[in-house]
Amino acid sequence: MPQLKDWNELPVAGALAPLDAVQPHTGGWRTAGRPVTHLSACVNCLLCWLYCPDSAIVLDGTTFAGIDYDFCKGCALCVEVCPADALSMESEDA
Amino acid sequence: MSTLEQHLLTGGEAVAHALCQIQPDVVPVYPITPQTPIIQTFSSLVANGAAHTEIVNVESEHSAMSAAIGAALAGARTATATSSQGLALMAEVVYVAASRRAPLTMAVGNRALSGPINIHCDHSDSMLVRDSGVVQLFAENAQEAYDLMVMAPRIAEHPDVLLPVLVCQDGFTITHAAEPISMLPDDDVRAFVGEYRTPVQPLLDAAHPATHGPFAMPDYYFEFRRAQAAALEAAAIALAETAEEYSAIAGRSNDAVEQYRLGDAETVLVALGSTAGTVKDVVDELRDAGERVGLLKIRSFRPFPAESVRLACAARDVVVLDRADSPGGAPPLAADVAFALAGQALTLRSHVYGLGGRDLHPDAIKQIFRGEAAPYVGVRGEPCLA
Repeated sequence: MPQLKDWNELPVAGALAPLDAVQPHTGGWRTAGRPVTHLSACVNCLLCWLYCPDSAIVLDGTTFAGIDYDFCKGCALCVEVCPADALSMESEDA
Repeated sequence: MSTLEQHLLTGGEAVAHALCQIQPDVVPVYPITPQTPIIQTFSSLVANGAAHTEIVNVESEHSAMSAAIGAALAGARTATATSSQGLALMAEVVYVAASRRAPLTMAVGNRALSGPINIHCDHSDSMLVRDSGVVQLFAENAQEAYDLMVMAPRIAEHPDVLLPVLVCQDGFTITHAAEPISMLPDDDVRAFVGEYRTPVQPLLDAAHPATHGPFAMPDYYFEFRRAQAAALEAAAIALAETAEEYSAIAGRSNDAVEQYRLGDAETVLVALGSTAGTVKDVVDELRDAGERVGLLKIRSFRPFPAESVRLACAARDVVVLDRADSPGGAPPLAADVAFALAGQALTLRSHVYGLGGRDLHPDAIKQIFRGEAAPYVGVRGEPCLA
C-alpha cells in the first residue's frame, strides 16, 4: 500500500493528474469470464477501445493490441460492440 | 461616477450594480420564487451593455450552482444570486462548490423557508448551508451589501481560500428598501478585484488533463474536509486584509465584527444583519438613559470570528439574537457565541426573533437588553417576563 498523504499535502480540491492516483487492479472484480481476443479477425475499428468503460483495451499506437486483464472487469461491452467477432467471452480457466 | 455621488438604490439593486462593476464572465441563474430584484436588475444592466457578462439561464437553482462551479473551475469569474427555497434546492451543490474549491460569489436575499410558505425575511435559508464550508458575510444595510459584494471576489479568489463567498442581506428589509448608496467608480472596482486568477488545474485544459472531483473513500474523505476547514481559517485572514484595502479606497470599514458603544458596556447584544441597525438606535437611547449597553455585530458568520467575540464579550452579560431557530437545540448564532465563550464566567441569554418577516421593534429590543423578553421574542401567547 502506498504512503497515504496528509491533509495539507493534497492537491487543491483533489484534482488528480493522470496516474497520480492509486491504481487498484480492478480486474480482480471479474466474476463471469473474460474477453479473449482473436487478432486475425480484428478489423481495427477500435470500437472496443471507445466503449471500454475502464481503459482496459491496449493499443500499440493506433492498432488494437489486446486486453489489460489487470483492469478489465469483464463487462463484455467490447464483445457486444465488436463487428468482426474478434472478441469472445471465455471462462477464466479456459 | 464620483465617490461623493450617492445613488438611491435598494440592497438588491446595490449588489446588482456591484456585480456590474465587477463584470463577472459568467452568471448562471434560475430565478425561483421567491426571487430578489438582484438578477432582474443585473440582467437589465447586462442587456443594456453595461457588462460583458454571459448570463446563463438554467433550469433550476440546483443547475445554477452546478453551472457556476463548472464556470469558475474552467477559468471564468463567476457569480450568481439566490434566496430562500432557491438556496434550499441549491444546498446539495453548495457543499460541492465548497469541496471543489470553486471561487465564486453569490448574493443571497435572506428569506424564510417553507413551511408554512412565506416570502419574508429570516436567516433560515443561510443557516441551511452553514456547515457547507462556504464563507458567509451578513450586511447590515444596502451600503454594506454593496461593499461586501465588491470585496467578495478578492476573498473567494485568494489562493489560500478558493471558496464560494455568500453576501447575505435581509430579504425586503434590505433587498427592497431604497437607501442612499455610495458607489466606487467603475475603474476603482475593476482595479480592486483585478483579473480572475486562472485555476491551477483548470477544467477543459486538454493539454493537461486531470480528474476533477474524484471519489474519496474513508482513507481520504476526512483529509479533504480538514483541508476545507483550513481554507475557512485562511478566509478570515483574507477578509481582514481585503477589508483593510477596501477601507483605504472606500473609507468604510467592513471587518469580521463591528463593535458599537461597547467601551464600558455591562450588557452586549450579538446580532447579524439589518437588526444590528435597529439595535444601534436602541443602544443610543438606552445610553442616554444611563444604561451601559452595546452591540457586537457579526459580519462574518463563516468563518466565525470566535476570538473577536471572546474579547468583546469578556466579563459582560451577553445576549444573542437569532433570526433562525434550531428546534430542539441551540439557535445557530447562540451556539457559536456560547462555544466562543466556553469557560468564561458570564451570563448568556439567547432569543429567537423575526421568523418569517416578523418585525422586531425597538421596545422589544429594550426588553431584551433588560432581561424582560421571552426566549421567542414577539410571538403571540409567549409570556413576557416583565
